[in-house]
Amino acid sequence: MALKSWRELPIGCVVSEPGSASEYHTGSWRSQRPVWNNSKCIKCGICYVFCPEGCVQQSEDGFFQANLDYCKGCGICAHECWPRAISMIEEG
Amino acid sequence: MGKRIGMEVAVAVAEAVGLCDIDMAAVYPITPQSHIAEHLSDLVADGKIDAEFVTVESEHSAMSAVIGASGTGARSYTATSSQGLMYMHELLPIASAMRLPITMAIANRAVSGPLNILNDHSDIMPQRDSGWISIFVENGQESIDMSIIAFKIAEHKDVMLPVNINIDGFQLTHMVEPMEMPSQEEVNKFLPPFVPHATLHPSKPVTMGAFAMSDYFTEIMKAKDEALKNSKKVILEVWDEWAKMFGRAYKPIETYKADDAEILMLTMGSMGETAQMAIDELRATGVKAGLIKLRLWRPFPFEEIKAVVKNAKKLIVTDRAVSFGGPGGPVFSEIKSALYAETKRPFIYNYIYGLGGRDVPVNDFTGMFEKVLADTSNKKADTYEFWGVRE
Repeated sequence: MALKSWRELPIGCVVSEPGSASEYHTGSWRSQRPVWNNSKCIKCGICYVFCPEGCVQQSEDGFFQANLDYCKGCGICAHECWPRAISMIEEG
Repeated sequence: MGKRIGMEVAVAVAEAVGLCDIDMAAVYPITPQSHIAEHLSDLVADGKIDAEFVTVESEHSAMSAVIGASGTGARSYTATSSQGLMYMHELLPIASAMRLPITMAIANRAVSGPLNILNDHSDIMPQRDSGWISIFVENGQESIDMSIIAFKIAEHKDVMLPVNINIDGFQLTHMVEPMEMPSQEEVNKFLPPFVPHATLHPSKPVTMGAFAMSDYFTEIMKAKDEALKNSKKVILEVWDEWAKMFGRAYKPIETYKADDAEILMLTMGSMGETAQMAIDELRATGVKAGLIKLRLWRPFPFEEIKAVVKNAKKLIVTDRAVSFGGPGGPVFSEIKSALYAETKRPFIYNYIYGLGGRDVPVNDFTGMFEKVLADTSNKKADTYEFWGVRE
């Protein structure tokens, strides 16, 4: 998506398209990403509950993963996961 | 036709705002507030105007409330002063960035400390870079005229910016003056209904005041700067229209005996009338003195200032606020920077005066002229001095 010039901005930067924030991939801010070790995961869902971005998703098999388009790598899921199933891995 | 009245200026300002079909006003009703808010609340309570009057718990909330109301498309107004304006500070650039045409009267008064709240310009000067159109008025008539005009400027489709009207606290707000109050019919004719650029309404959802990262922040600041600069064209047009309708003409700067002046003084606000008397006294003694009254503070009238000073030998810039540890008063540094690239410009002197409500009689102004005239080798040019300070 090409960035707009200052002349093309709407007056007052009013956003007229509802939900357009989802086009902004905050995952680009991330320096670490959460990786689940499913052999330790007990499917309690605490990572899902605590994720401040709402980007932890449950798969059909009951395990969890992060939507990396939006995961900022804050590490709250790893911190809260009491069976220690989530590790934060440096992004390359 | 308008009606000739004798009235306290703050009350008259509220009466004038009452003619402007406002939808809401939000104010913090306690000190430092002026009678503008008090009388406006009377007008609403007495059913004389159909508006929502929101008394909030602070000026921070007052500005937040008018921002929200303006976002829904309501013609919104507020008034404040001194510490109240300082407390609004955080919200002011938000109102302008969101391009909300709020208008606000400021009864200019000193900021703490020490606690003072008497008249000077130390409340408005820290708000300079908040992206508002900023107008300084000189007398009661101009206070009520600008209070009405401000809505038309702010809401013009090519402007859509907030406007503040600076009225010297006490020295002007609390004076009883003769004025001509326009009639309701005249104001209706002058001021069209507010057509917002966008509104907060559930049937057409929009986001106002959204987040922006470094990839857009520069472009947004540039757009805001251009919007404020471009507003000058509309300001001039609206003032012309007012002059045609009401016979009172306003320009970004007003001059008094400046055409052939060798020494000029520049004032802002109500002090212009006192300084004018000093000019008459000096002229009677053969001094070619003249006066510039700066009315439009933002957007700054560069061309007008350059044109009026170009033949003068000396220019005295007066300031009613201090820029501590800086190059002089805030008006002085603006004028100096405006004239820096001019090949022909006067020697510029700066007096900081009338702080915290200190009286400034005519002989203070004549004294400034005499002191500057005595500096024949221009050694004191480009410096600033606290006028009348006890050593």
